[in-house]
Amino acid sequence: MSASLTVPAVGAKRGFTWRPASVLPGFRTSLTITLLWLGIIVLGPLAVMLWFTAGMGWEAFLGTITTPRVLADLWISLRSALYASLANAVFGLLVAWVLTRYNFPGRRIADALVDLPFALPTAVAGIALSTLYAPDGWIGALLVPFGLQVAFQPAGIVVAMMFISLPFIVRTVQPVIEDLEPEQEEAAHLMGASALAIFIRISLPAILPALLTGFALAFARCLGEYGSIIFIAGNRPMVSEIVPVLIVQELDQFDYQGATAIGVLMLAVSFLLLLAINLLQAWVRKRHGG
Amino acid sequence: MSTEITISNVSRGFNGHTVLDNVNLTVRDGELLALLGPSGSGKTTLLRLIAGLDQPDSGSIAIGGTEATQAHPAARGVGFVFQHYALFRHMNVFENIAFPLRIRKTPKAEVNVKVTELLKLIQLETLAGRYPAQLSGGQRQRVALARALASQPRVLLLDEPFGALDAVVRRDLRRWLRQLHEEMHITTIFVTHDQEEAFDLADRIVIMNGGKICQQGAPIDIYQHPADVFVHEFLGESNHITGHAAGGIIFADAGFPVAEAANAPDGPAEIYVRPHHVLLRPRSNGGTGWVINRISATGAHARISVANASTTLEASMTVDALLASGLTDHMPVDITFAGGTVFPTADSQPLKLQVLKPRLAV
Amino acid sequence: MAGNAAGKSAGRIALITIALLFMVLFLLLPLIVVFAQALSSGFEAYFSSIADPNVQSAIWMTLIIAAVAVPANLAFGIAASWCIGRFEFTGRNLLITLIDLPFSISPVIAGLLEVLLFGLNGLLGGWLSAHNYQIIFALPGMILATIFVTFPFVAREVIPLVQEQGNEEEEAAVTLGANFWQIFWRISLPKIRWGLLYGVLLCNARAMGEFGAVSVVSGKVFGETDTLSLAVESLYGSYETQAAFAVASLLALLALVTLVAKATVEFFLRDEMNAVKRKRTV
Repeated sequence: MSASLTVPAVGAKRGFTWRPASVLPGFRTSLTITLLWLGIIVLGPLAVMLWFTAGMGWEAFLGTITTPRVLADLWISLRSALYASLANAVFGLLVAWVLTRYNFPGRRIADALVDLPFALPTAVAGIALSTLYAPDGWIGALLVPFGLQVAFQPAGIVVAMMFISLPFIVRTVQPVIEDLEPEQEEAAHLMGASALAIFIRISLPAILPALLTGFALAFARCLGEYGSIIFIAGNRPMVSEIVPVLIVQELDQFDYQGATAIGVLMLAVSFLLLLAINLLQAWVRKRHGG
Repeated sequence: MSTEITISNVSRGFNGHTVLDNVNLTVRDGELLALLGPSGSGKTTLLRLIAGLDQPDSGSIAIGGTEATQAHPAARGVGFVFQHYALFRHMNVFENIAFPLRIRKTPKAEVNVKVTELLKLIQLETLAGRYPAQLSGGQRQRVALARALASQPRVLLLDEPFGALDAVVRRDLRRWLRQLHEEMHITTIFVTHDQEEAFDLADRIVIMNGGKICQQGAPIDIYQHPADVFVHEFLGESNHITGHAAGGIIFADAGFPVAEAANAPDGPAEIYVRPHHVLLRPRSNGGTGWVINRISATGAHARISVANASTTLEASMTVDALLASGLTDHMPVDITFAGGTVFPTADSQPLKLQVLKPRLAV
Repeated sequence: MAGNAAGKSAGRIALITIALLFMVLFLLLPLIVVFAQALSSGFEAYFSSIADPNVQSAIWMTLIIAAVAVPANLAFGIAASWCIGRFEFTGRNLLITLIDLPFSISPVIAGLLEVLLFGLNGLLGGWLSAHNYQIIFALPGMILATIFVTFPFVAREVIPLVQEQGNEEEEAAVTLGANFWQIFWRISLPKIRWGLLYGVLLCNARAMGEFGAVSVVSGKVFGETDTLSLAVESLYGSYETQAAFAVASLLALLALVTLVAKATVEFFLRDEMNAVKRKRTV
């Protein structure tokens, strides 16, 4: 008996038959506008910056970016961004988990509040945090008895970075937690696994790629942040000064070359991060067969 | 005015993958034609080419004797009904149907008259103010049809018109569409993967596979004389028996004779027998050991699975006939083949159709 | 079983408590402290801080910058979503990456770029100063820097929406005889309106609140080239803390309005996306 029907489900084919709707008008015009605008606003200025740097010569460039102050500030920026992103990976995951999995009064408000750092201008965040964490501030005063000081110290940089980068982790992880199939956890539960074991063995591996992506996004954002940090950091060279602050100082002294060289260095670090994010996402897509 | 559609040597590929391979087809004026084929056979691509939603890589398309290969969709006088209807979600039923009239700057009074007319035609006068999201699948389908008709097309193209509907709605809508076609006589082409739909609705069926047309003709002719194994299998269940022909008689490889086919050349043969052509009756004497495995009655029809030591076959008959025959589970039976098709496969030549003459298999 | 459930809910309550505590500490308190400090000397002082002519001028600067930057990026987002969302062409993914670029560039560098282009020693600096055009340390430079940092906001919200919604309705409109503008105004724009609004909200919040990029290219003359964010810095730097927080409270209010509007739009957007998905699965 040979069953004759070899017809797959109708819905299945839609995905891969999507193709250019050449019949729709406006492609050339919209592409021209897009490329032109992208060129004028983004790519052109970036090209000028690279051209500027190329004009400097390799030795001058290296000399500028390897001064002790630049290296120290770069290390401060990287280290603070790492601490802040790591802390947020933990707390951001917790917040995302609680907001997605549990129902409690005020959940929707808490969920909306997560986006506050996106919406609140960084200067406002900066003065608010520095007031909170100053030795006479609401939080700072509580820390004084323990001999801890946050504001005007390197720790202040980390606090400001944590504030501005929290939503990146929460919002990247949240949809993945939403998509987790409760069946898997229930199955593990029926097999007698503890709640912690279920989380570590079943849920965390599924969340991990998104968590890594969120981490990278948060890290990139921390590295570039300027506004909120300058108010709380104290900006002491080689102690609590981040790279963007250094660039601004070079510019204030009309040292375009120095500013540009350090800027290019930062760009390079950012692009490496961007590359890492893209590779991560490609890896996730491959793993989940999307 | 004639609306004959002539498709000549049309090919289309996507990303190096051939979807349509040198297709030739003429659609007659006022005809209701079905493009039938499995998914990926190129039928929807062909429909989109006719609509002008896509351009062929080579070949030409003429509508009503006018070359239209590169013509803009709007200039072709074609109405297209999308598989998922593509209703404008933020416009109500009335505005959806009025859209083609409004963009032609038709006077308001005229728009009202025409839309009301069309609403009556699709029997949705009372739902003019509803939005697509508030309609059932069948209602959306009819609105999409009315919208396509509003621009007074010469040709109506429907992509899987009943694909997303449940069985009952599907049947009703089919009847209604057939009736509509009889009244309006617009040249209509619809794409489907459902052979029942094609047979029920179309004047003529074009069967496609792998970007080529395998066969075209009236439904009854295609069913009776499938051009190749693909068409035969695609049109409905059948029993496939591998065998050979010798001296005008076809034998199954399992040893039993199947039928006479005087014109079959000696050599290997692929035998296809539809379930209703497998006739059963309680065994008289001797015989080759066919036994009923299982009888399952679904509504008016019964399916019977029979087997001997080497082969399992599916038979079907009406439940009435089953009850009259006295067949029961595990009963030894004799088999006769009332008809079938043989495709000689020697030398991998093109497969040729041969009609079997019934012969008692002992 | 009862003990298990109790343990489970105790763990749940502990997790919720820690998460909320963290959010109060890190998100809510900074917000509250802004208003507390702004009103620390009473309402009269608050309103007089805001009524200060320099602050008024900063409000105007902020509004002008947003009024140019947001529509510019809106237009760009629409154009980009049309070609990237509706057509398939080589380099499409590269284009998306390039559009996202400003997100991964420090705002300070955005300002630096404008300085390199238009500053006195910049590429066009000589020509500009010869013709007496002032771009850097003036409004045009601040607008350009703002457009740079807010560049991807609208586009990256709308492109995925357009891709998700597909082209069928537009194709239907084409077969029914509609031309480009008819398709755009009557079919496509209504389809993406919530996505556009969402992008505009985010873009506007950033444009009005941008600090780093604008700070680099602004003349930093309080009362002339200061935006609200820069006014916050000026006042805070000159130890007028209450006034700085009064100005900051305006920006915080803007943030709150943005959050509420965003949550509302998200509701409609989700509805629309669900409708698309429902259609798929029928």
